[in-house]
Amino acid sequence: MTATAVVTGLGVAAPNGLGIEDYWRATLNGESGIGRITRFDPAGYPCRLAGEIGDFDPTEHIPGRLMPQTDHMTRLALAATDWALSDAGAVPTDLDEFGMSVVTANAYGGFEFGHRELEKLWSRGSRHVSAYQSFAWFYAVNTGQISIRHGMRGPSGVLVSEQAGGLDAAGQARRHIRKGTPFVVTGGVDGALSPWGWVAYLSSGQLSTGDDPARAYLPFDTAAGGWVPGEGGAIIVVEEAEAARARGAAKIYGEIAGYSSGIDPAPHTGRPQALPRVIRQALADAGLEPADIGVVFADAVGLPEPDRAEAEAITEVFGAGAVPVTAPKTMVGRLASGGSALDTATAFLALRDQVIPPTAHVTDPAGAAADLDLVLAPRQAALHSALVLARGTGGFTAALVVRAAA
Amino acid sequence: MPLITLDDLKDMLTKAGGEGADVPSLDGDAVDTPFTDLGYDSLAMLEVTSMVELAYDISLEDDAAQTAATPREMLDLVNGLLNAAA
Repeated sequence: MTATAVVTGLGVAAPNGLGIEDYWRATLNGESGIGRITRFDPAGYPCRLAGEIGDFDPTEHIPGRLMPQTDHMTRLALAATDWALSDAGAVPTDLDEFGMSVVTANAYGGFEFGHRELEKLWSRGSRHVSAYQSFAWFYAVNTGQISIRHGMRGPSGVLVSEQAGGLDAAGQARRHIRKGTPFVVTGGVDGALSPWGWVAYLSSGQLSTGDDPARAYLPFDTAAGGWVPGEGGAIIVVEEAEAARARGAAKIYGEIAGYSSGIDPAPHTGRPQALPRVIRQALADAGLEPADIGVVFADAVGLPEPDRAEAEAITEVFGAGAVPVTAPKTMVGRLASGGSALDTATAFLALRDQVIPPTAHVTDPAGAAADLDLVLAPRQAALHSALVLARGTGGFTAALVVRAAA
Repeated sequence: MPLITLDDLKDMLTKAGGEGADVPSLDGDAVDTPFTDLGYDSLAMLEVTSMVELAYDISLEDDAAQTAATPREMLDLVNGLLNAAA
């Protein structure tokens, strides 16, 4: 029999809340974490809004030894990992070091750290660049720092597929569970809100140029005009079901029941987008029918064309208005790989409390999205399974099915 | 060029290795404690030696942190070079 991958712990660092309970309360209340950038002066840039995490003092959360060698987003990842392990009631020193893996997703690396060191390189010379730059900027750094800090020496890695990364990492975590590693720390945390990182975001040409935080990121709306970047994400503890029971896991949020990924064809080919196929494969992988899914967490780019494509994919598989669809990321912005990890954590919280969190700010669903049952206010619902969708820059497409504990 | 003092070195060790409850004190006996026992790994020592080189305009061997394994030995090594250059 194939091993079952269950989720036993969640840790969230989001612009509208640190820790799952703060985040979840804010999300159900429709509290947005989007605002004018404070990390640097955005006045000279065409886009000025972001989902910043404001009240995070890293010295309260991570060892002093790690301060000189970590980027901001790695500090967030380490804190979220602590919260997830604590939520899971797991003490790594009590577990087999080779039975614990770390598989996180990351899309940007340590931009702020790298920005500082590049500044030293060009203004003062190469000898002034920190030795820690060798890894602090790197996509794999969160996996590495989590692994070192907690002595987790099982098979580990990093997935780099932009917004799809959080789901791809969860899929990879489940593979490790099935191959015999009982305990996997997964998820993703991203953040590149430094001037250099901001230029990378701007190069997408997709960012919202508005200054009103309540009108800047409106996926599926007639007024959709771009997205807002944010920082943060979620760390998720995944365990083999029997092993979790054997160690006395405090709770089981549910199961990673289905996963699939694909990549979009090049635009000029005219071939169909990957999303409908990926959704069907993830459902089949979970052994579920569309009617079994209680809510879809949309990728929700916030631009007319990708929104239309996503709405059509959902309608193609589920039928018009047949499944509730939500995008709580409207309150935090798009967090790259952290976004789909956060949506996954949010889906488990929705299953736990039997409530669908709202899509904030959207008032006028447009075009193909008019066929969606878009959830604009928190909604009580009998939820057994949820589907999380993510599309990353470059065509990465992933779908994850999560199911409540039996 | 003034010589390097223990306080100068402690500043650099703190910049490279951080400070906090989890970081061993650099006071008292620490001056004769091996860097490895103070929790400085090879990369942290690379960071420290590179700071010393820049601050005092000297060149240290790549394995300086092995030759000078404690803060006192590092001070002696650096001040020896500074005196020789004077």
